Amino acid sequence: MHKLVIALIAAGCVSSAALAQTSPLKIGFVAELSGPQAPLGQDQYDALMMLIEQNGGKLGGVPVQVIKEDSQLKPDVANQVVDKLLEKDKVQIITGVTFSNIMMAVHKKITDKGVFLIGSNAGPSPVAGAQCSPYFFSTSWQNDNQAEVVGKYASDKGYKNVIAMAPNYQAGKDFVAGFKRSFKGGTVTDEIYTPLNQQDFSAELAQVASKKPDALYVFYPGGLGVNFVKQFQQAGLNKSITVMSTSTVDGSTLPALRDAALGMLSGTFWGPDFPNEANQKFVAAFEKKYNRIPSQYAAQSYDAAQLLDSALRKTKGKVDDKKAFHAALKAADFKSIRGNFKFGTNQFPVQDMYMFDVAKDSQGRVSLRTVSKPLVNHVDAYAAQCVMKAL
Amino acid sequence: MMTAQLALSHLLNGLQLGVLLFLLAAGLTLVFGIMSFVNLAHGSLYMLGAYFGAAAFANTDSFLLAIIAAVGGAGLVGLLLDRFALTKLYARDHLDQVLATFGLILFFNELIRIIWGPSSIFIQVPKALDSTIDIAGITYPSYRLAIIAVGLAVAFGLYVLIQKTRVGMLIRAGATNANMVAALGVNIKWLNTLVFALGAALAGLAGVMAGPIVSVQPGMGEPVLILTLVVIIIGGLGSIRGAFFAALIVGVVDTLGRAFMPTLMRSLMERNAADAAGPALASMLIYLFMAVVLAVKPQGLFPANVAATR
Repeated sequence: MHKLVIALIAAGCVSSAALAQTSPLKIGFVAELSGPQAPLGQDQYDALMMLIEQNGGKLGGVPVQVIKEDSQLKPDVANQVVDKLLEKDKVQIITGVTFSNIMMAVHKKITDKGVFLIGSNAGPSPVAGAQCSPYFFSTSWQNDNQAEVVGKYASDKGYKNVIAMAPNYQAGKDFVAGFKRSFKGGTVTDEIYTPLNQQDFSAELAQVASKKPDALYVFYPGGLGVNFVKQFQQAGLNKSITVMSTSTVDGSTLPALRDAALGMLSGTFWGPDFPNEANQKFVAAFEKKYNRIPSQYAAQSYDAAQLLDSALRKTKGKVDDKKAFHAALKAADFKSIRGNFKFGTNQFPVQDMYMFDVAKDSQGRVSLRTVSKPLVNHVDAYAAQCVMKAL
Repeated sequence: MMTAQLALSHLLNGLQLGVLLFLLAAGLTLVFGIMSFVNLAHGSLYMLGAYFGAAAFANTDSFLLAIIAAVGGAGLVGLLLDRFALTKLYARDHLDQVLATFGLILFFNELIRIIWGPSSIFIQVPKALDSTIDIAGITYPSYRLAIIAVGLAVAFGLYVLIQKTRVGMLIRAGATNANMVAALGVNIKWLNTLVFALGAALAGLAGVMAGPIVSVQPGMGEPVLILTLVVIIIGGLGSIRGAFFAALIVGVVDTLGRAFMPTLMRSLMERNAADAAGPALASMLIYLFMAVVLAVKPQGLFPANVAATR
């Protein structure tokens, strides 16, 4: 009897050891995959999986298994799925995370465990500043960047009188604050905050029309952006007022808007028309596989996948040696599809920020077209507050 | 722009929102009034109307066909729902009905997501209406004027149907006392199905007409459902006339509140506090209005009868 038990235990040890050698490296993916915000998470997921698929199920030559979790834009659900990834699946890398409130809910929990978190969208200010962690890297931007570039553009254009519009919640106010920070030489004459669930902007647009500003700065992500742009165009205001925006006309909303969005401006870090070779390859492959133009959310996640690919290659898949893996991530030794890319002290990208306008591409589809590069090697406003701990 | 012109513009916007709400409220209030049935899935029929319309528009490029597809499609779904899913629930407790129809909301949202994907889909203003019109010094989108016109026409049509036809007489009788109507030999089942399908078709019409203005995406029916519930409570359950006036009042109060409340707040308090309080108060306004109406006239402004609200 004793012999049998020992034999069984021995067999168990052997088989689990054998399993450890062949089982792929587990990577957790957390994003908004249901509800109105699902298109963003879906693009993050699709771009990540595309690179893994192109590499034959591997990143950096190491077989990987992506465990997909939907955080449903609910911080409590995000906490549960992250607990599951950390405790049950024992992942050492998590990527994705779509919304800032979700990032704030899970950031500390993940990095305190010594698990690497590669954020491919949300970049709330505390994570870039006081709460920065050596285990956190962002392949997107600090939230304010996408507003600051628009403010700089408005200053360059010499606009004097700008009205800002955003939903009445934290991110809305942050983006307007970011815009104002870099808008010099003119004034924001009015700030209009609409309830987050408001679908119709006719009352606000009538007021904007009556005030005749030089330009309008708006932040209306996802479906709100679709509502806003349609109604703005129908009111005939696109003939008289320039719209500058953040996260309003992008890859997730343009398919629903098409011609209604023509001429509107948007500020971000990347556009599908970037001529660099890595980007051309990415865009062509994404369009072929998913039959749509990739959004910036796909681009951010693709770079996260490329970052992991480069770091896993350098360390031959050994994430356990945290110091070495951290150094490999920090080096950012890959060809970003945005061109210039390096990590700053807070491990957010130091990068160029661009303005785009909505125009028809060579195939006649409505897409984003590069207009100018108002910010070069831009460092976010919170990096100075980050005291990065050594690993 | 003159203040009077701005006010006119807001009034038109309020009217437009009002007629859209009326199309939704008419069906919901009848279903509640006649069958004493709480249908939370009414917003899903609105969403289905928008999707059927968008799909027809994408394939035919004709907005008229989009409207036909939306009205017909939503009406048909309503008919099938009534026949196969909801009949058993009519006799049940309101709480059971709320639970079951809430389940339907989740079902339809997921179904739409599976078929059309999570992103909002494309539908545009018909070419002929993609312009603006100058009225008394203001520039107003033609499409919104068209919505007002269609909404008022439907309201008139419903008035004729309910007040001047035999079917309408039965519907009114059903709203007053369904048991008595059945006892008099009218096939109340058939009447229920007809009313439910009619309400669904009107919700579909509202959906397709809202499509070019708002984002057509899964879950688009819920915010508008809440406003619709407010409308039928203010108007009086089961009363089409009540739904009509309440919808217009809610539309105008909501729009004027959003337009003037932030400015008003700024004249009363410091800017930052006003920016926070203004939009919040504006979005509360119709609920405050509902509370006042309920306090003064618990049956609503135009109650159909006492029996329907038992």
